[in-house]
Amino acid sequence: MKYTAEYRDPGLVHGVIEEIRRTVTQPWVIMEICGGQTHAIMRYGLDQLLPPEIELVHGPGCPVCVTSLELVDKALAIASQPGVIFTSYGDMLRVPGSSRDLFSVRAAGGDVRVVYSPLDAVKIAQENPDRQVVFFAIGFETTAPANCMSVLQAKAMGLTNFTVLVSHVRVPPAMHAILSSPRNRVQSFLAAGHVCTVMGYWEYPPIAKQYHVPIVVTGFEPVDILEGILMDVRQLEKGQYEAQNGYARVVTFDGNHPAQNIIQKVFVECDRKWRGIGVIPGSGWCLRPEYADFDAEIRFSVSDIHPEESPLCIAGQILQGLKKPFDCPAFAKICTPENPLGATMVSSEGACAAYYRYARSPVDAASVEA
Amino acid sequence: MCLGVPGKIVEIYQANDLRMGKIDFGGVTREACLEYIPEAKVGDYTLIHVGFALNLISEEDAQETLALLTQIAEMGEAGLGQIGGAE
Repeated sequence: MKYTAEYRDPGLVHGVIEEIRRTVTQPWVIMEICGGQTHAIMRYGLDQLLPPEIELVHGPGCPVCVTSLELVDKALAIASQPGVIFTSYGDMLRVPGSSRDLFSVRAAGGDVRVVYSPLDAVKIAQENPDRQVVFFAIGFETTAPANCMSVLQAKAMGLTNFTVLVSHVRVPPAMHAILSSPRNRVQSFLAAGHVCTVMGYWEYPPIAKQYHVPIVVTGFEPVDILEGILMDVRQLEKGQYEAQNGYARVVTFDGNHPAQNIIQKVFVECDRKWRGIGVIPGSGWCLRPEYADFDAEIRFSVSDIHPEESPLCIAGQILQGLKKPFDCPAFAKICTPENPLGATMVSSEGACAAYYRYARSPVDAASVEA
Repeated sequence: MCLGVPGKIVEIYQANDLRMGKIDFGGVTREACLEYIPEAKVGDYTLIHVGFALNLISEEDAQETLALLTQIAEMGEAGLGQIGGAE
């Protein structure tokens, strides 16, 4: 398919890797923010093709993984109520809450439905006026324009039975949190290409300058990812730290203005708790007070939530680039995609799930990381 | 989650007061909301995420990137060839 196949060309992949090899002279730690990029890196084995000086660590850019346990438990409580149709992107259904997941709510008779687009959830609300339809609005900046439009559309249609459970997160505050941690190892970022499709990358030059880290907006195909790494390595080797665009066919500096305007209209910045990481100030978006009628947290008074995380799971450290899945004693033993302890094993974009599916063995990984 | 798939706009229409379109993903056609790309026209390529078009794809930028990377790859081959020859 156009704009896909040409970025998987083996000759180009090889050529860019050779250029990275020629450029690198010392060890560098690069974090890819986005779980989609983690998945692509593992799927194509790019980590094994890179010179040993380059260590890739995996970032927190997986909304399914970072949605707080409290909110997952809230979703489970709402979905269990009679008369509710609970709608969600498919990835959320198997995310473990404190004691169960949305699949088990469905198995117990709850009406839990997977939707492709938030507009599908609005349509379900329109077709079921006697039921309460709740949409689990998770996501980073990429998904915000779609989720916001569902609220505006429900309002325009005069629907009173549609609400959203919002768990929106933003990338720049997470980068600040990672870079300001005393344990930080990240020296450079591959910024998430589709987040920047919406937001542009005007938020990144100040971060690059403040922490002296190169940031390169990066796409999702193998050639895109390697180009991002090359642009980072060139800057690292020269001691530069700029925000650059390695995904120019889709991303502009300013981003998509109509989409940003709708986000500003519906959402307001708020503090957000990230699963396994904790509260990051200003890192979320919540509904503005004028859309309170569409807020599931207000419509359904859910109390008595006592979140309890698995004591074995180290997802929080993995999401901050401090540990790798193979460092976890539960990985692939107690914790598998069939029986996940934490969300990083659930989502296809979670680092643990990507390692479980594609990584050859801890020995292979250790030799790559050495 | 932030998956975005490139597709070609083959039809544009209004539905429920929203600007919608039919998008061709290499033979498979799906509906998407085009509200965020008001400038889009039939034949343009766009990036689709959860049923919404996020941006138009720039053919010019795509070609420029590929040309640059191809040049890097070819330069590398030429360089390696010289090293091989010296040995």
